[in-house]
Amino acid sequence: MAGNSNYPKYQSDGSRLGGLLEWFDARFPLTSLWKAHLSEYYAPKNFNFWYFFGSVALVVLVIQVVTGIFLTMSYKPDGNLNAAGIPGAFAAVEYIMRDVAGGWFIRNMHSTGASAFFIVVYLHMFRGMLYGSYRKPRELIWIFGVLIFLCLMAEAFMGYLLPWGQMSYWGAQVILNLFSAIPVIGPDLSVLARGDYVVSDTTLNRFFAFHVIAVPLVLIGLVVAHVLALHETGSNNPDGVEIKKFKDEKGIPLDGIPFHPYYTIGHDLPAIVIFLFFFFAVVFYWPEGGGYFLEANNFLPADPMKTPNHIAPVWYFTPFYSMLRAMVWNFFWVIPAKLWGVIAMGGGVVILAFLPWLDRSPVKSIRYRGPIFKTLLTIFVIGFLILGYLGAQVPEYCFFGLSWLPGAVIAQIFTFYYFLFFLTMPYWSKIDKCKPVPERVTFK
Amino acid sequence: MSDQKVDSERRSLILATTAAGGVAVAAAAVPFVASLAPSERAKAAGAPVEADISQLKAGEKMVVKWRGKPVWILRRTKEMLESLAALKDSLADPDSEKPQQPEYATNPQRARPNPNPETSADGGDYLVVIGICTHLGCSPSDKPAEGNWQGGFLCPCHGSQFDLAGRVFKQQPAPTNLEVPPYKFLSATRILIGDDSGSSGEA
Amino acid sequence: MKTRVIKLLKRLATLALFVPALAAASEEVHLDKAPVSTEQKNLQHGAKLFVNYCLNCHGASLVRYNQLQKIGLDEKTITENLLFTGDKVGDMMTVALNREDAEAWFGTVPPDLSVIARAKGADYLYTYLRGFYQDKDRATGWNNVAFASVGMPHALWDRQGVQTLEEVIGENGHKENRLVLAKPGTRSEDEYRQDVADLVSFLVWMGEPNADSRKTIGIFVLIFLAGFYVLTHKLGKNYWKDIH
Repeated sequence: MAGNSNYPKYQSDGSRLGGLLEWFDARFPLTSLWKAHLSEYYAPKNFNFWYFFGSVALVVLVIQVVTGIFLTMSYKPDGNLNAAGIPGAFAAVEYIMRDVAGGWFIRNMHSTGASAFFIVVYLHMFRGMLYGSYRKPRELIWIFGVLIFLCLMAEAFMGYLLPWGQMSYWGAQVILNLFSAIPVIGPDLSVLARGDYVVSDTTLNRFFAFHVIAVPLVLIGLVVAHVLALHETGSNNPDGVEIKKFKDEKGIPLDGIPFHPYYTIGHDLPAIVIFLFFFFAVVFYWPEGGGYFLEANNFLPADPMKTPNHIAPVWYFTPFYSMLRAMVWNFFWVIPAKLWGVIAMGGGVVILAFLPWLDRSPVKSIRYRGPIFKTLLTIFVIGFLILGYLGAQVPEYCFFGLSWLPGAVIAQIFTFYYFLFFLTMPYWSKIDKCKPVPERVTFK
Repeated sequence: MSDQKVDSERRSLILATTAAGGVAVAAAAVPFVASLAPSERAKAAGAPVEADISQLKAGEKMVVKWRGKPVWILRRTKEMLESLAALKDSLADPDSEKPQQPEYATNPQRARPNPNPETSADGGDYLVVIGICTHLGCSPSDKPAEGNWQGGFLCPCHGSQFDLAGRVFKQQPAPTNLEVPPYKFLSATRILIGDDSGSSGEA
Repeated sequence: MKTRVIKLLKRLATLALFVPALAAASEEVHLDKAPVSTEQKNLQHGAKLFVNYCLNCHGASLVRYNQLQKIGLDEKTITENLLFTGDKVGDMMTVALNREDAEAWFGTVPPDLSVIARAKGADYLYTYLRGFYQDKDRATGWNNVAFASVGMPHALWDRQGVQTLEEVIGENGHKENRLVLAKPGTRSEDEYRQDVADLVSFLVWMGEPNADSRKTIGIFVLIFLAGFYVLTHKLGKNYWKDIH
């Protein structure tokens, strides 16, 4: 908020509505908020396709909050069996799907929304990597973003327990047992997180509390911080040049245009409609997402006595799950493989936060980066996708059924590459042959 | 924005987009609002209930639950029925003019004729009302006859008084008589509450 | 150079030939494609079979009887033909079988079938219900090609008859196991296949009774959004014509 006093207060035009607005604006920073963040927030005019996903993520957040509130009205976090032998929570989800008018629509939106959120956020993060949006002075925006990603993972993980199916149950069981890998306090921590010796009704109830209020509060707070930080430094753009360098006599960047209406209506609204088209196509015609959005085994009620034959996390966790599974060696004698797995999984996310300092390239945007970056980034993306694919397969999976293409080894290679990509970045980003960067943005 | 004057194409596009967007938001709201209505489970729980009245003696009251509310079935004695007419001047709506009962209960007894000839010749001795005060929804308690009081019901929350036909007295917080639910006699000893379809009342 | 390329191509071709074979080797059971129908006639027949043959042991405790109105049965038909005595039409399709008894008899509680089609898939159910064969080694006397050592005896055996698993020499000269109808049931093979198809169709319907309205409404939403896109795209273009 670039100083509330910088903007003149609203002056009534004499109409009744104008009078009300003037009264309101004198007591609340209405016009200054509107101007600072929308109508007089100057964004580079050369945004492209990749710049949709921030606004779209906001739309998904709203969808998840609204559908979530309505689902909460009919859902019960109850892990105990009802008279017919079905766990209460499992029955509650089917109650919503069958007995509540419009319930199936709201539920399909929420479950599809979870996957949509990750698709959009992954693309949004990739945009940051393409154009160096994390580079100085936008490090904090990026860090808030990584925290949002972490929150989102926690939110999705806890939300996935609520339908109380087999995948919900055993997924939570496996992930909560990761805590037990932490030396000394681990096993106790694991019990503390569950509130029981196994995942139980108690665990379900606390996950519900975290999922519906605790994590969303933090998440929304972080989103606000993310946007405020962005509006303090101004947006990056596909050329990776600062538009604030060249301003007109009024102090407006020459290559900047008001965010509203040019981006809100002119750029993002049609993109949001396209997004909604695909979103609702899934909601109405593909809600199970080929078994990736709603897993088949999750239509079996949770059974603490029987693990399904093949258990894999939901698709958006699979790249990091692959990293967990890739660690099978007891390095340095003392540290067991189990702990290395947890370190790899957590480290895979945390290392992203250091990106602003790992990247030493003289340019920001891929447009002016050299061949080293382009090659390594391409391999990075392919590797990440392969890790994601392998995370959904059984551990003994082989590509094309060929025993000399074992998934486990390939996952190890790409896990190694993932970390190598970041850890060696300070070196190769500096020596890459970059192209000269233009003074001002390229447009049309 | 470059021009002060918004061009006409933009104006019509804004109008069309706003209108279509408004329609979309309204349509999207439909399932959400619909989800607030009673679900199939609530509807099934609110299905008509049967009551067996064979054990009910004259002067006794039984309570059955219908849609989660108490429904009273009071088998009135001959004296009780006769006392109803005398109260006319002290009641707010003695002739049941307000629509608090189905057509067939708009009579002095506020009840359907009873099909059992053994218990009564002219019928109407079974009072069926929802035991929820029409003021703010408490359930009144029985107030047996005592002194001048001929018997009836008293709401514990704000003191509204009702007679033995569920009619409210004058100058009481409750605005109307107790509600008579739809019901029918399945036989001389069974009442179906919540459904009066296909019966004229003669059963 | 050229020969090397050809060699490589040849190698790739052999590889491609091997891939399906290897993939098939890892696959456990071949599942037949279930002819799932959404016709009311089939669903009603499936519902009747379900109530008569399945509901004695398996519940569908997330489904209300009156939901069957969605497949064209009226309340009166449901009450008269499908309800157990004492049940109301708004009740859930629960099972009278005691859970502990069931565990003692079958070694496991028969699972609730409300969403079984979404968990197992129609093809599995279609194969499973046609895959029972006589097996002396099993306590129940039954086994199944889709579910080895199945706990459930063949509930529809009077309709299908009794199958046995015979080892035969297949077309490619390999030995393979094939189901043979040893004793016919009350239905011909085609009729039984139709029975199972209808039953599976009903299970699929029951897994998501609102799937029909989902698909009907969806098309309007998508058409609207397509039209709305044209509008917003035009509006966006109109704004951006100011920017040079």
